[in-house]
Amino acid sequence: MEHLHPNDDYLRLLHKFCPGCGNGIILHTLIRSLKSYIAASEGVKSQEVKPESARPKKSKKSKKQKFENPLDRFIFLSGIGCSGWIVSPHLDADTFHTTHGRSIAVATGVKVANPDLMVIVISGDGDLASIGGNHLIHAARRNVELFCILVNNFNFGMTGGQCGPTTFHDAITSTTPFGNFEYPFNVAEVVAAAGATYSARWTVRHVLQLEKSFERALQRSENGFAFIEVLSPCTTQFEKRNYNTEDPELLFDLFKTNSINIKDRDKYTSKELEDKFILGVFGDREVEGLTKTIGNIKSRACAHKKHNSIGGEK
Amino acid sequence: MKEKKQLKPNQFKYLNESTTSLKSYTSNNKIRREFWQGNYAVAEGAITAGCRFYAGYPITPSSEIFHQLSSMLPKVGGACLQMEDEIASIGAIIGASWTGAKAMTATSGPGFSLMQENIGYAIMTETPCVIVNVMRAGPSTGQATLTGAGDIYQARYGSHCGDFEIIALCASTVSEAYSLTIESFNLAELYRVPVIFLLEEHIGHLIETVTIPAKPQIAHRKRPKRKNEPVFGVSTAGELVPPMPNLGEGYKLLITGSTHDEFGWRQTRDGEVHRKLVSRLAQKILINKDKIIKLERNKPKNAKIGIISYGSASRVANEALSRLEKANRNKVANLRLITLWPFPDEQIEDFVKGLKHVIVPEYNFGLLARELERFRYLGIEIHKISQIGGGEPILPKQILEELEVYL
Repeated sequence: MEHLHPNDDYLRLLHKFCPGCGNGIILHTLIRSLKSYIAASEGVKSQEVKPESARPKKSKKSKKQKFENPLDRFIFLSGIGCSGWIVSPHLDADTFHTTHGRSIAVATGVKVANPDLMVIVISGDGDLASIGGNHLIHAARRNVELFCILVNNFNFGMTGGQCGPTTFHDAITSTTPFGNFEYPFNVAEVVAAAGATYSARWTVRHVLQLEKSFERALQRSENGFAFIEVLSPCTTQFEKRNYNTEDPELLFDLFKTNSINIKDRDKYTSKELEDKFILGVFGDREVEGLTKTIGNIKSRACAHKKHNSIGGEK
Repeated sequence: MKEKKQLKPNQFKYLNESTTSLKSYTSNNKIRREFWQGNYAVAEGAITAGCRFYAGYPITPSSEIFHQLSSMLPKVGGACLQMEDEIASIGAIIGASWTGAKAMTATSGPGFSLMQENIGYAIMTETPCVIVNVMRAGPSTGQATLTGAGDIYQARYGSHCGDFEIIALCASTVSEAYSLTIESFNLAELYRVPVIFLLEEHIGHLIETVTIPAKPQIAHRKRPKRKNEPVFGVSTAGELVPPMPNLGEGYKLLITGSTHDEFGWRQTRDGEVHRKLVSRLAQKILINKDKIIKLERNKPKNAKIGIISYGSASRVANEALSRLEKANRNKVANLRLITLWPFPDEQIEDFVKGLKHVIVPEYNFGLLARELERFRYLGIEIHKISQIGGGEPILPKQILEELEVYL
C-alpha cells in the first residue's frame, strides 16, 4: 500500500477533527515521539545484548513479555470528549476508550496488572481535570508509571462549548454567557505538586518543544507518572464565542505571543502573568514508581511466608 | 489494678491469614473443614478461583475481604491496590481484566452505587470481573455495621442506562461465601460479564464451620486463536460469547463503551448495530439461564404453602421448617434462590404451581416479593415477612406464626 503520510503506518484512518483543532497536531506529535522512543529503545537493546550474553544470567525469573511489533507494547487509553478520539480509533494499536473521566483509573489497573506494558492516557481537560480530577491527583501521588497527556482546549468542546475547570476568567462559553465568574485550574502545577515524576505544559504552537517533551515523558513514564498539559485551540466552540472568529491562526498567534517559559517567570509581575501562558517543565524528579514499590512488597510478602512456614517465633 | 488480659494470637486463627490460607491453594486435594468468617471465606475463594488483582476502597462491612487479600495477593504474585474511590476501584479491575488477570473488588451499598457507571461499561465491553457487595442497611449511609438486603435491585438494574442482563448470586452460609466466590469468577469468565456477588452483613461477619470442597472447578476465559477474530460479536464458532484477547498481544483492540461492531469500531448512529449488540449482550445470559441458575428446592406432595427466600433469611426458613418436621407437620414447600439474577422465572413458575400461599421472608420491604407478584396469575397469595434495621434477625417464630395461619 502506498503511504501518503509518513505516519500512515501508525494510523487506522484519517482524523475528522474540526479545521484548526489541535488534536491532529497532538496525534502526529505523539506518533513521531513514539517512533523516536521505539528507535532509541531498540538501539539500546541491540547495544545491551552483547555484554549481557557474556555475563551469566542474574535472575532466572526474567519473564518479560515479548512483543512482536514494537507498538504492541503501548496501550492507549482515553476518556470521553473530542480528545478521547485522538487515539481511539485513529491509532493502529490497542486503544481503550473508557467512561468519562475514568481513563486513569483503568490505566492504573492495566499497568499494575501487567507492568511490561507502556500505558499512555490521552484525554481532555474536562475528562481528566474535571470529572476525573481525583484520579489525576491520585495517579500523580501514587506515581503510577503512566504517560498522561491532557489536551486543554479551555472548554467542553464536544458537548457544545460549556465552561470547564480550565476556562479563563471572564471567558464566554455556552454556560457562562456573561463571562466566567470562576478561575481556572493550573493543572500542570497541581500534578507536579501532587508528586508526579514529570509534569510539563506546552501548546500545539510549540511543536518542537512538545515533541521533545513527549519523548522525555515517555522515558520518564518508565519510572513514574509523567504528565503533559497541551494547550490547544477550540475554534468551533471557544474561539468563536470569545474572539468572534473560527480562524485557527488567531489562537496560534496568541499562544506564540502570550507564552513565557517557566524559567522566566520571575521576570514578570503577578499582574503581568495573569494573561500569560506559562510553559515548560513544572516538575522532573526521581521517585520510585508504583509497580516497582509493589514488586518490593511482593518479595517482602513472600519472605514473610517463608518465615511462617518455618514456624519459629522471634 | 487488674491485670491486662493478654490475647494469644492463635485464639484468633479464623481471622489470621497465616494459618490456612496458603494451604488452600497449594493442596486442595482433600475436603477440609475450617472455622472462617464470611468475608474471609470470600477472600479465600477469590484466591482459589485464580483472582490475582484486587482494587478496593474501605467500606464497612466488606473491609475484611480487602484486609485478607492485601496480605494474600502479594504472596501469589498478585496485586492489591487501594484506590481513591469505588469508581476508580472498578475502573482498575476492568483495566486489569483486559490484561488477562482475574480481577475483583468488594464493597457495600454506598460504594456499589458509585460503581454503577463502570458496571455498565464492563457489560458493554464484555469485561469479566467480580464485584462483591456485602449489603448493609440503607438507604444512604443508613446503618453501616448492620445487615440488610436492600441492594438486590441495585444489582439488577444499576448501570449507566439501557437494557441489559446481569448475573447476581447471593450466599446464605460461609461455605457458600467461599464456593459462590469461585462460582462468580467462573461465570464471569465463561460469559464475559461482570458478576455481582451479594452477601448480607450477617453472612459477611458470621464465623462458622466451612466445608471446603476438594478441587473446585475453575473456569478460564476463551482466548482467540487468530488475530482477525471478532472479539465483540458472535465468535467465528457461532457462540454468543466471543473469545477475549489481552492487551499488548498485538490484537490492536478497539475497546469502547459506545455502541460498536464486532471488531470494536464505534457505530454510534446505526440502529441495527446497536440492536444487534445489545440483544446479544442480553441473549448470551438468557439462553444460558439453565446453566447459570442455581437454587435449592423441596416440595412435598400436596403442599399448599411455600416459602421462597434467599441469603440469610433462608436459614431462618430452614429452622422454622425443621421445627415443623419435628412435629411431623411439614407440608411446606421450600425454595432457596442462590442465583437472584437472571431471575429463575421458569423454576419459580414450576415451584408455585399448586401452591396457595407463598411466604417471602426478607431483610427489606419486599423486593423479591415484588418480583414474585408476577406469578399471581397462578393463583398464589404472597405474604411478606420484612425485617429491616437494628441488625435484628427474622425469627423462626415469625415464620411459624405466619405458617400457622395457612396450615
